[in-house]
Amino acid sequence: MSDMTLRQWLLTDEPTSRRHARLSSLYKGWLTLRSNSMAMVGLAILVGLVLTAVFASIIAPHDPFVQDLSSRLLPIGAEGHLLGTDSLGRDILSRLIYGARITLYIVALVALIAPVAGLLVGTVAGYAGGWADVILMRITDIFLAFPRLVLALAFVAALGAGIENAVLAISLTAWPPYARMARAETLTIRSTDYINAIRLQGAGPLRIITRHIWPLCVSSLIVRVTLDMAGIILAAAGLGFLGLGAQPPSPEWGAMISEGRRFILDHWWVATVPGLAIFTVSLAFNLLGDGLRDALDPKDGGQ
Amino acid sequence: MNAFNRLLTGAALGLALAVTSTSAMAETPPNMLVIANRIDDITTLDPAESFEFAGSDVSRNVYQKLVNFDPLDLDAGYQPDVAESWDVSEDGKSITFKIREGLTFHSGNPVTAEDVQFSLRRAIILNKTPAFILTQFGFTPENVEQTIVADGDTLTITTDKPYATSFVLNCLTATIGGIVDKKAVMEHDKDGDLGNEWLKTNTAGSGAYSLVSWKPNESVTLKSNPDFHLGAPAMERVVVRHVQESASQRLLLERGDIDVARNLNPEDVAGVSSVAGVKIADELKGRLMYVSLNQKHPELSKPQVRQAFKYLIDYEGMRDSFLKGQYTIHQNFLPQTYLGASDENPFSFNVEKAKALLDEAGVSGLEIEVGVREAQERIEIAQSMQNALGQVGIKMNITVGTAKQILARYRARELDVYLGAWGPDYPDPQTNAGTFAYNPDNSDAANATGLLAWRNSWDTGGLTEKTDAAVVENDTVKRADMYKTIQAEFRETSPFVVMFQQIEQSALRENVTDFSTGQAITSASYWQVTK
Amino acid sequence: MALAERPTEGRRAAPLVHWVKSILKTLGTIAITMLGLLLVTFIIGRVMPIDPVLAIVGERASQSTYDAVYQQLGLDKPMLVQFGYYLWDVLHGDFGNSLLNARPVSEDIARVFPATLELATLGVMIGIFLGVPLGVIAAVKRGTWVDQIARVVALVGYSMPIFWLGLMGLLVFYGILGWVGGPGRLDIFYDDIVPTRTGLILVDSAIARDWDVFRNALSHIVLPAALLGYYSLAYISRMTRSFMLEQLSAEYVITARVKGLSERQVIWRHAFKNIRVQLITVIALSYANLLEGSVLTEIIFSWPGIGSYITTALLSADMNAVLGGTVVVGLIFICLNIFSDLLYRFFDPRSK
Repeated sequence: MSDMTLRQWLLTDEPTSRRHARLSSLYKGWLTLRSNSMAMVGLAILVGLVLTAVFASIIAPHDPFVQDLSSRLLPIGAEGHLLGTDSLGRDILSRLIYGARITLYIVALVALIAPVAGLLVGTVAGYAGGWADVILMRITDIFLAFPRLVLALAFVAALGAGIENAVLAISLTAWPPYARMARAETLTIRSTDYINAIRLQGAGPLRIITRHIWPLCVSSLIVRVTLDMAGIILAAAGLGFLGLGAQPPSPEWGAMISEGRRFILDHWWVATVPGLAIFTVSLAFNLLGDGLRDALDPKDGGQ
Repeated sequence: MNAFNRLLTGAALGLALAVTSTSAMAETPPNMLVIANRIDDITTLDPAESFEFAGSDVSRNVYQKLVNFDPLDLDAGYQPDVAESWDVSEDGKSITFKIREGLTFHSGNPVTAEDVQFSLRRAIILNKTPAFILTQFGFTPENVEQTIVADGDTLTITTDKPYATSFVLNCLTATIGGIVDKKAVMEHDKDGDLGNEWLKTNTAGSGAYSLVSWKPNESVTLKSNPDFHLGAPAMERVVVRHVQESASQRLLLERGDIDVARNLNPEDVAGVSSVAGVKIADELKGRLMYVSLNQKHPELSKPQVRQAFKYLIDYEGMRDSFLKGQYTIHQNFLPQTYLGASDENPFSFNVEKAKALLDEAGVSGLEIEVGVREAQERIEIAQSMQNALGQVGIKMNITVGTAKQILARYRARELDVYLGAWGPDYPDPQTNAGTFAYNPDNSDAANATGLLAWRNSWDTGGLTEKTDAAVVENDTVKRADMYKTIQAEFRETSPFVVMFQQIEQSALRENVTDFSTGQAITSASYWQVTK
Repeated sequence: MALAERPTEGRRAAPLVHWVKSILKTLGTIAITMLGLLLVTFIIGRVMPIDPVLAIVGERASQSTYDAVYQQLGLDKPMLVQFGYYLWDVLHGDFGNSLLNARPVSEDIARVFPATLELATLGVMIGIFLGVPLGVIAAVKRGTWVDQIARVVALVGYSMPIFWLGLMGLLVFYGILGWVGGPGRLDIFYDDIVPTRTGLILVDSAIARDWDVFRNALSHIVLPAALLGYYSLAYISRMTRSFMLEQLSAEYVITARVKGLSERQVIWRHAFKNIRVQLITVIALSYANLLEGSVLTEIIFSWPGIGSYITTALLSADMNAVLGGTVVVGLIFICLNIFSDLLYRFFDPRSK
């Protein structure tokens, strides 16, 4: 052990413990991912986003809320305002930087709610079978059959506009695919010898689901979540665009596009800058997700 | 830009050849007027029920009224239309109209006093939203048989009090005064609804145009009435297309696909005014933008706080920036051009003064909620106000919602602060005095949701009685003075911060002449338009 | 393959029973899902803090006018009773009248749905014709720069805020260059020229042989359809690539290569043939998504489709319209799903 570098320990073919095995496989996945330059670009952008959000107050050149009606709609590159100013004379760059926080907030909350809800419903349905399965899957189908944005709109309209409600509404439309996926995985895992063995040892259904089935579903879930993230950001921006997301004066990117679209013909940058920001972040998630799928999905991983 | 254009053009020549039929500058046909407007507010075309802007535009061109406005001389006030002349009885309660001869409906039926009687009675019996414009004169479904009576070629209406004649006649110019074709309408009567169901989506009038089609949220198409009594309109077909976005309207106009764009924002107006072949027409409208403070709120009901808010609006800053050209500063409840209108605007943006007032009231650390509907200019006004309030330590949270959501809470007296617009219903001072400065019963139980003073729980401090008195004053000069006095008091004491009056900027193709959106007193009319 | 097998007389009865059973089961599933869909929509409509009465009567209504409409709408009855009435009407093919424009909802939907259908169909066609080849090429040239470009093209499609791209597209291609028609389905003076048969203007004008209208309609639809097409291209090409990779690494492909078949034959005759069913599922899903009506695209292009119809209705609490629209969209979604399911079962040997 002492002559072994950490790298060798991680790359071993004979893991010494369960933890060792898991860390080792994680590291191998990471190596595959690292060889994918596109995915690395995506990851770098996302790390940048997190840093921007954390240090927003240091990086931002101006207060994102301070108005100055005498210097409104300044173009890109104007003195003191790198990305220009918006309709109320607020610095767009600073708003963009603070907006990163909101975007991250949305992403984090939805990523917490939707897959977990889906996992819960899917595994319970898959493991329990019978009537529980039928009922839960019917409910899933009902939500799947809804026009997504309309469902989100309806919930936001019902709960009142606002960023938290937008997150809830989006999560509500996002969980059914996870439920289906988790159910399918549970069905295959359920009848394996491994689970049967555990059951014979006297483990209850709760323990089996939480301790043994969930961990097995997680990796495919993560890939799916990463790939869905872009869609979630776009949906949140769409709600903001329709005036049902974050409330003013919050610098949410979709709301910024919505505000800026009025000037699209003469002051195109006001809507374009946040548009590009949304685009960049969702592209980053897509690149990373695509890379993760290649790394974790054995189906097209070999070659 | 030109070289760039050429490059792009060359690169996609294949695509261009396949799809262009529009690459040349388009032009609308000479006998057709094409207007881009937001028409998603139309819910019905029945004049007894129609009450929204775009619907009133349709009605004005389809239905004649007893008295009406000449679009080319709106300052002249109401003029004879279906009524050739009228007499007022000595007690001032009855007006007898003589009906013009030789008018016909689009169906070919003659327009008679009988039709007028039917139209007015119908509006009162149906009791739809705008019915209050007529019922405020004491007409009820029970008494219309006695109060609205046709006799030969005359029609007599009898009111419960001797109201100012101009007040009564001004009300009859509203959409609800439209004369419908009794025979045609009653053919479509369903379960005694007086043809309401049918008239919602069809028209039966005698005006300059008749309806070809109304596709909700899409378009309204009108065709001209060659037998119109003022002569056949030059525009034989008028199409009003629903275009939501200002940018889209501007592109359509610049490319010549439409003749008139009615909802351009200030930036697009500025942009389009330099384009060759396009001109801008300004018309002062009756719509006011105001902020109001709910008097149920313990802090907001203090007189100094009410006053402080009036100093916390950056009137000039907003007028000169994002409202540029589309709103003018106006701090009274009667819009300019109305009888009794005042042009005194004493308040200006003054943080120091507001601070002093708030200190005097002992207010600090106030946190309030303002309700705004999701219209961009209103949201920006709210944000500007939020910014100003922040400077004196008041935290104002903005709640944006659809018009109906916000309105429902406002009507239920739930909002601390409301930011919105108010447009007059008919061109008489009573229309605004009767809602801003009139509230006979301020209790919750009164449920007078139609009154702005009630919605803000304001008892008007004695203005109610003064408003009542002004409405029966028949001497026009005296009446105007009474309104000036009411407004002077209102400015200082009321919880309303009236800020702006709207200017509608229509962008038109250069060849369109005499287009009118009706200024502050009526709706758009098309029959006088030429190209 | 399945069709080639000739069943013997004795074995025919069993599959027949099986078929009837599975059809009944499918219908039952549809019915239950639809019922749930309606119930959820109905509940949303009732808990929404938008007052439908206010939406009808407007701001200035007196209390008596308000009360009259309140009763007329049956809002004074218990919610379950209201739902019962509604269900009864729907079962009789009556979606009720729109609260806002007083027309039968079915008439409205017959007007707005073809607009969405036309746009979605063209969009998904663009997605198929460009996305499938792109996916196949990316799979074949895996790991090369071709694959990378295909990946970026697709991921950009996934990542673009469509409302922003739409505005920009409109600005450049209509505003500056004038290559395409503006917002709306037709230039205004082409309106109402060809008789409405299907509601699809391209089809109607082709039937009427009015090529001016056809060209005009095409110039209006091309930009929004291209946008939606790009979006479905992204999805279709990624899925195609993934399916193809699976096939290309399969045993039989290697065998075929060893046998000396040309690369083109291997790819199209063998590998591609085997992914057709999976591909149809993906396309059906993508089509269903577009048929829901992409609200934002419709708003930007003033496209009078079902997405913006439902949204507008929703925001003004026009519940009859929302329910009607949701039923139609939901039904389409479910049917396309079942269609691809059946296809899968029929053709895929593994699911037998």
